[in-house]
Amino acid sequence: MNAANLALDAHGKPLPLSERGPASTWSMISFGFWLFLLSDIVIFSALFATYAVLSKATAGGPSGSDIFDLKNVFIETCCLLASSFTCGLMLIAAERRELQKFYLWAAVTWVLGACFIGLEVTEFSDLVARGFGPTHSAFLSAFFTLVGTHGCHVSSGLLWLLVMTAQVATLGLRTTVIRRLFCFSLFWHALDLVWIGVFTIVYLGSVHAA
Amino acid sequence: MLGKLTWAAIPFNQPIPLVTSIVMVCGILAILALITLKGWWPYLWNEWFASTDHKRIGVMYVALGLVMLIRGFADALMMRAQLALAQGGATGFLPPEHYDQIFSAHGTIMIFFVAMPFVIGLMNFVVPLQLGVRDVAFPVLNSVSFWLTASGVLLVNLSLFIGEFAKTGWLAYPPLSELAYSPGVGVDYYLWSLQISGLGTLLAGINFTTTILKMRTFGMSYMRMPIFCWTALASNLLIVAAFPILTATFALLLLDRYAGFHFFTDNLGGNAVMYINLIWCWGHPEVYILILPCFGVFSEVIATFSGKPLFGYHSMVVATMAICVLSFLVWLHHFFTMGASADVNGFFGVMTMIIAVPTGVKVFNWLFTMYGGSIRFTVPIYWTIGFMVTFTLGGLTGVLLSIPPADFVLHNSLFLIAHFHNVIIGGVVFGFMAGYNYWFPKAFGFTLDETLGKVIFWCWFIGFYLAFMPLYALGLMGATRRMQHYADPSWQPYMIAAFCGAALIFAGIGLMVVQLAWSIRTRERRRDLTGDPWNGRTLEWGTASPPPSWNFSVEPHVHGIDAFWAVKTKNKELHKVAESRYEADHKPHYETIHMPKRSGTGFVSAFFAVFLGFGLIWHIWWLVIVAVICCIGVLLRQAWDTDRDLYITAEELEDFDRRHPSLGAQL
Repeated sequence: MNAANLALDAHGKPLPLSERGPASTWSMISFGFWLFLLSDIVIFSALFATYAVLSKATAGGPSGSDIFDLKNVFIETCCLLASSFTCGLMLIAAERRELQKFYLWAAVTWVLGACFIGLEVTEFSDLVARGFGPTHSAFLSAFFTLVGTHGCHVSSGLLWLLVMTAQVATLGLRTTVIRRLFCFSLFWHALDLVWIGVFTIVYLGSVHAA
Repeated sequence: MLGKLTWAAIPFNQPIPLVTSIVMVCGILAILALITLKGWWPYLWNEWFASTDHKRIGVMYVALGLVMLIRGFADALMMRAQLALAQGGATGFLPPEHYDQIFSAHGTIMIFFVAMPFVIGLMNFVVPLQLGVRDVAFPVLNSVSFWLTASGVLLVNLSLFIGEFAKTGWLAYPPLSELAYSPGVGVDYYLWSLQISGLGTLLAGINFTTTILKMRTFGMSYMRMPIFCWTALASNLLIVAAFPILTATFALLLLDRYAGFHFFTDNLGGNAVMYINLIWCWGHPEVYILILPCFGVFSEVIATFSGKPLFGYHSMVVATMAICVLSFLVWLHHFFTMGASADVNGFFGVMTMIIAVPTGVKVFNWLFTMYGGSIRFTVPIYWTIGFMVTFTLGGLTGVLLSIPPADFVLHNSLFLIAHFHNVIIGGVVFGFMAGYNYWFPKAFGFTLDETLGKVIFWCWFIGFYLAFMPLYALGLMGATRRMQHYADPSWQPYMIAAFCGAALIFAGIGLMVVQLAWSIRTRERRRDLTGDPWNGRTLEWGTASPPPSWNFSVEPHVHGIDAFWAVKTKNKELHKVAESRYEADHKPHYETIHMPKRSGTGFVSAFFAVFLGFGLIWHIWWLVIVAVICCIGVLLRQAWDTDRDLYITAEELEDFDRRHPSLGAQL
C-alpha cells in the first residue's frame, strides 16, 4: 500500500489527517524538538517569574537602572538577531546542498553568536569588578541567573554549531545531518525569542521602572 | 583531591544505616557474582541494558520501582515502629537526626523512584502496543530516560552509606534547605539525584507525547485511542509542562547552596515563599502525572472484565483533559497558611473543589460501565473496586482540606498525611497493581497466580485502612506530621494500630515476591498461548504474548474504539480464523520492516551521570570535569553513529506468526 492510497478511504474520499497512520521521521523529529523547546521555554518562564518577583529586592544595593548599559545591550541584540538571519541563510544553503555557502553562513552565524557571548561576558565581569556580583542581592542573583541561563544556551548553541560543521565535513549534507541542522536553527531562533523577552523585561523594564 | 569526602562520611557509629548498607552491598555483590558465574552478562547487556525495545524498557522501569518500593517501605516501617514506641518517657530507637532523614527519603523515594517508574513503566510497555505501532518515537532516547532515572536511584541509595540524606522533608523547603541550616551533603544528594532523574522524566515526556500525537496506526484517530493512551497523553503533556519548573527551581536552590546566590535565603532580599510557589507549580501537576495513567488502567480493566465498552468514552476524554489543564490552577492549596490573602486562598480553594468534578465524572463512568455487565472478579478488578471505594474517600477528605479555614486547622497534621496516602496508595499504587496483574501475561506470556493475587489485595486493602484511618483521628486530635516523639500517651493505641496496618501491607509486599516466584515456577500450566488471556478489547491483545520486538508483523488498521473487540465479534469462529490464517486467502501481506538497533548510549551516559552527580555532591571538581567530558563524548559518538538500522525480513515475520498464532493478523 502506498502513501497516496492511504490518504483515501474506501469511497475515495480523503481520510482525516489523524487516521493516516504514523507520521514521517522528519515530522516526528521536528515535533519532538518543538516539545523540547517548549519545555526549555518553561524553564525560562520560571526564571522570568523569579526575576519579576525579585527585581525590587535589591537589599540596599543597586537596581537595574543603576547598572545596565543599554548601548552594550543594543549591540548584543543586533548581533543575536543578525545571527538568526544568517542561520536561516545557512539552512537554505544546506538544503540546496551548497557546501561553500553553508560554511560561509555557519561561520558568520558563529562569529555573531560569539560576539554576543563576548559582550555578555564583558558586561558580567564588569559588574562583578564593580562589586555588583550575583551574591550581593536577590535582584542581582535573579538577573545573573536569567541572563546567564540564556547565555549558557547560546554558548551550547555555539558548541552545537561547531559539531554540526564537523558533521557536514565528515558525513556530508545527508538527510540526518540536514534534519539536525533544522533542529539547530529552531533552537537558535527560540533563543532569539527568549532574548526579546530578556531585552524587554530586564533591560527596558529597568529604565521604565526608574 | 576528594573534595568534602572523608572517612567521616561512612556511618561507622550508626548501626542501622551501617548494617543496612553492608547487607545491601553484600546483596549486590552476590547478584553480580551470580551473573558473572552463570555468564549472563552478554544476555543482560544485549537483551536488556542496551535494549531500545519499549517493552523491555517498560519492564525495567517496573522492576526498578518494585525494588525501590521495598526500600521506601522499610523507611515507612521504621517510622511507624518509632511512633508506636516513642511516647512519654520512651525515646524509641531512632534519634531525631536519623528520623528526619528517614521521612525525607521515604517521601522522595516513594514519589520519584517508586510511583514514577511504575507509571512510566506501564506507559512504556502499553502505549505503543495500544496504538498499534512498533516502538516509541525515539527509542534510544527512551533508553537514556530509563538509565538517567536509574542513576538518580543509585545516588539516593549511595547517600545511605556515604554521607547522609536530606533532613528537610521530601520537597526541601528553604530556608531550612539552604546552606546556612543544612550544611551537610544531604540536600545535595537530594537535589542532584532528582535533577538527573528529572531530566530522564522530561525526555520520557517528550518521547511519549510525540509517540501518541504522531505515531498512531492507520485509522486510529484521536477519538479511537484507548482511554489509557488518552490518560498517558495528558500525563506526558503535564510532564513536558511541569518538570522544567522543577529543574529551574532546583537549579536556583543549587545556585544558593553552591555559589552563594540569594534566591531563597532569609537575608539580602531572598524570598523563600518563591520556592514554595515554584515547587508546587510542579508538585500539583505531578500528582496528576501519577494518577491520570492509573485512571486509564482502571478504565481498561473495568471495560475488559465487565465485557462492555467503557461507559461515556467522550466524557472520560473531556474529564481527563480538563484535569490536565486545571491541575495547573490549584498549586496554592498546598500552603494556604503561608500568608496569601483571603481572596487568593478563596480562589484556590474553589479551583480545588472544581477539579474534583471531572474526577467524580470518571467514578460514575466506571460505575455505569460495571452496571449491567457480566463482571469477572479477577485480581485487576479487585484492585479497581478497592480503588473506587478508597480513592473516593481520599478525594472527600481532599475536598475537606480545600476549604481554607478547615485547612488552617488541619494543615501539617497527620490528617493531611492520611489524606494524601489515601489518594496515592488508593489511586496510584492500586492502579499500578491492577495494571501489573492485567498486563503481566502480555509481557511474559503467563499469568500471575490469582489466589495469591487476591490475598495480596486483601493485605494491602485492610492494611491500608488499619494504617491510615487512625492517622485521620490522630490528626484531628492534634498530632503533627514529621513528629519523632509525642507526650500524650492516649495517642499510642492509634499509633500501634497504624503500625499493625503497615505490617499487614508489608506482608502484602512480601507475598508479591512469593506470587512472582510461584508464578514463574508454575508458568508452564499458566501459559497464555492466544495472546488474549482476558478476552480483551484493545490492540495489545491482538499480538502474541510476549509480543515480538516489532509488536505487530503487519500494521493494524482500525475502524473504531476497541479495535480488537470489533475484529473478534466480526469473526465468530475465532479459533478457526486463527488456524486458517495461513491459507492463501487469509495470508497477510508481509513486508520487510525497519527497527532500531540496540544502543549502549543510555546506559553509558547514565553511568557517567552518576559520577557527575557524585562529584557535584562532594565538590570533587576534577571528577565533574571528567564526567562532563565523557558525557559529551557519548553524545558525539551517538551523533556519528550511522549504523543504527535493523531490518527484519518478511520471511522472519511470517515464520514468527506461524509459530505464535494470535488474532492480530485480522486487524
